[in-house]
Amino acid sequence: MATPRFWREIPSRYNLLGTKCGSCGTLDFPPRAVCPKCGRKSVGKMMKQKLSGIGTIISYTIVYDAPSSYELLKPYVLAVIELKEGARLTSQIINVEPGDVKIGMQVEATFRRLGQEGEAGILQYGYKFKPVTG
Amino acid sequence: MRGVAIIGVGETQFGELWDRSFRDLGIEAGLKAIEDAHIRAEDIDALYIGNMSAGKFIEQEHVSAIVADYAGLADSHLPTTRVEGGGACGALALLQAYAAIASGLHDIVVVGGAEKMTDVGEVKAAEILSATADQEWETVFGATFPALYAIMARRHMYEYGTTREQLAAVAVKNHRHGALNPVAQYQKEITLETVMNAGMVADPLGVFDCAPLSDGAAAIVMCAADRARKFCETPVELIASGQASDTIALHDRRDLTTMDATVVAGKRAFHRAGLTPADVDVAEVHDNFTITEIMAIEDLRFVKKGQGGPATEQGVTALNSKISVNTSGGLKARGQPLGATGVAQAIEIVRQLRGEGGKRQVTDAEVGLTHTLGGTGATAVVHIFRRVR
Amino acid sequence: MVAGIVSYGGYVPRYRITPKEIGNVWGVDGEAMGRSLGINAKSVPSPDEDVITISVEAARECLRKVDVAPTDIGAIYVGSESHPYAVKPTATVVAEAIGSTPVMTAADFEFACKAGTAAIQACMGLTLSDMIKYGMAVGSDTSQGAPGDALEFSASAGGAALLIGKENLIAEINQTVSYTTDTPDFWRREGQQYPSHGGRFTGEPAYFKHVMSCAKLLMDKAGSKPEDYNYAVFHQPNGKFPVKVGRTLGFDDKQLDAGMLVRSIGNTYSGAVLLGLCSILDRAVPGDRIFMVGYGSGAGSDAFDITVTSGIKKLKRAQTIEEMTKDAKFLDYGTYAKFRGKIRMRGD
Repeated sequence: MATPRFWREIPSRYNLLGTKCGSCGTLDFPPRAVCPKCGRKSVGKMMKQKLSGIGTIISYTIVYDAPSSYELLKPYVLAVIELKEGARLTSQIINVEPGDVKIGMQVEATFRRLGQEGEAGILQYGYKFKPVTG
Repeated sequence: MRGVAIIGVGETQFGELWDRSFRDLGIEAGLKAIEDAHIRAEDIDALYIGNMSAGKFIEQEHVSAIVADYAGLADSHLPTTRVEGGGACGALALLQAYAAIASGLHDIVVVGGAEKMTDVGEVKAAEILSATADQEWETVFGATFPALYAIMARRHMYEYGTTREQLAAVAVKNHRHGALNPVAQYQKEITLETVMNAGMVADPLGVFDCAPLSDGAAAIVMCAADRARKFCETPVELIASGQASDTIALHDRRDLTTMDATVVAGKRAFHRAGLTPADVDVAEVHDNFTITEIMAIEDLRFVKKGQGGPATEQGVTALNSKISVNTSGGLKARGQPLGATGVAQAIEIVRQLRGEGGKRQVTDAEVGLTHTLGGTGATAVVHIFRRVR
Repeated sequence: MVAGIVSYGGYVPRYRITPKEIGNVWGVDGEAMGRSLGINAKSVPSPDEDVITISVEAARECLRKVDVAPTDIGAIYVGSESHPYAVKPTATVVAEAIGSTPVMTAADFEFACKAGTAAIQACMGLTLSDMIKYGMAVGSDTSQGAPGDALEFSASAGGAALLIGKENLIAEINQTVSYTTDTPDFWRREGQQYPSHGGRFTGEPAYFKHVMSCAKLLMDKAGSKPEDYNYAVFHQPNGKFPVKVGRTLGFDDKQLDAGMLVRSIGNTYSGAVLLGLCSILDRAVPGDRIFMVGYGSGAGSDAFDITVTSGIKKLKRAQTIEEMTKDAKFLDYGTYAKFRGKIRMRGD
């Protein structure tokens, strides 16, 4: 991904910055300019808010066939996670055997390298999720 | 709004076509369709071309101009437009053509769909396919296209008890149909064991749960329904269409096991047609993965939600049973050159309704339906066709 | 006025490999090597981890324990000898990831294994001079040893972050002294993937000379004796050097135990002494006194005399370093080599 394009979303990629609708209170991730529920009522009222990073696995898969940049990580687990604030996102699940992942598992956000723009290019960082311990 | 009919169809072989270029494929399909329609080049008023990603597959944008040019129509200075909507672009091009004729803007329109996917190799092709998912919030985090459908499959299995065997049954059925289709990429039957024992792509989807990468093109000639008999003995009318969109990211969908875009597009189409799912004799649905067909037959209300797996296993959607689904072999066995898919699906329905289905003819087919998706369900297009009496 | 530690946090990757597993591949008696080095296992980073991710995890762990506004952190310094970029700081990614940007200063440090302790001293200076309210010093590494080299048995990955300030201290840094010379015992030239070292030259004229001299300087300055301390932590390139230097200085082996992580996770280079300190702070009580001497090749030592305050009771407890070291998944050499980029891939 081109450097400026990645950089623009760093607050959300590093820190789960989302938006809270000033009209209905719904939390969206990533940030939105218009609340899907409120439409025009929400324009100008969307407030930045960091999400907690605690969530539940709604569904997942174990990826065996992946782009070359994932060569060292295959097979890896990809999941749709519902954060406790209600917003959902897609992320890898780490620190767990793929066979032990379950729908309903509690997970929390960590910070990992997502990829790079080739051997000489920018390194890209962001969230991956691991099972909540204890 | 006047009625619109299909008066000619044509397609290339689908498969890994190393010695055919994008231009070769587009022209072959177009010429066949024009011949089938018994029209002349001068009769054509406009072209609509469905193509998803020539820019990435062959580093060529502006393919609308290329198709017109290499079809020898440059001197006609035809209006030519490329339509994109993920893998639904062929069906969307059909819809644009329909609207142009129905409104009276044009009289005779050629719709083409073409994609040349194999030049770049499998790894790059897979990355290009995943560009129809959310690049900022899905693919950058490791999502591949099969992975997103696998996530839907796993949730479907979790909520409804759908099994891998039932997913596999879709592939087995569609290969059985494909074996009867001379233009299909795969014309060999496969066994359940083959599908179950195949290597994993994204668990629970294995190699045989996924449609292949394909080259190919398909074209249709359309005109006003009340003039169709001038050109064609067996015109088929496109009686209604429904189109719908949904969130780009799978994680933002209301329900991972339902494609709301399919539900809404289907309802819109059936409403406009004045028909119900029970009226449909033959359907081409978007089976880019086995789970997609299972969800489609539920979301189009051919079977109840959650029953897609058992229904397929029991043969409800096999050739000449309750509803014949994917008699062409579907995307799975016929192939899925992305831009061509929607057009090829329509061609299969037209052939069925004309009685030209050969060994895979659906008996007394009167009403047919196509269902085409973009991305992981962010776009859905449903067309309903009827035999003109 | 005294500067000190406001909070601390560490991070150790989950993967491990044993000396036996490494030795098997290179025709070396790995178990014997492990015994001679005093190392049972070393930590291995996942392919999606590096000094940047480890530093972020350690920094976040540090801030989890206290209620400090990230924007009150006026400086972040990250010391490492395996920064992912040769040019572009690790510290700015950490700053962004903990939310302390933009009104602050940052830089990366390099001084082999003592880059982290150097960062502590820099933060102390800025805090004591009232230039900043809090500073964060991070030491972390994912250093490598050349395949088959002795260093491959010990070079590991890990990091720790210390929040330094003058208020709300959990421990006061009573004194700090340093001892620095130009001694080329261990180095890595620009562009080289693996470091080189002087073999036995790394012992007496390097590690021992600087650690001993610096330790004596500290006890002189503090007017203290080994018996005055509850804990001691020395830089730990292996399990033998710190024990030897400790005994020579007059410390008891038991004083070293809590900080001796090298036995279970190997040498985390810039992270080593800081992680050792974190492990001590996990169990220290108010009044405990800690003697800490880091060492970096090139060469130099930074020493610290630390007293734990009652503030330590107010920390929100999180995962302990011991729990982190016990959360271990062992690898075979092939997977380890794959993870560490030791296998030549297409395009390399």
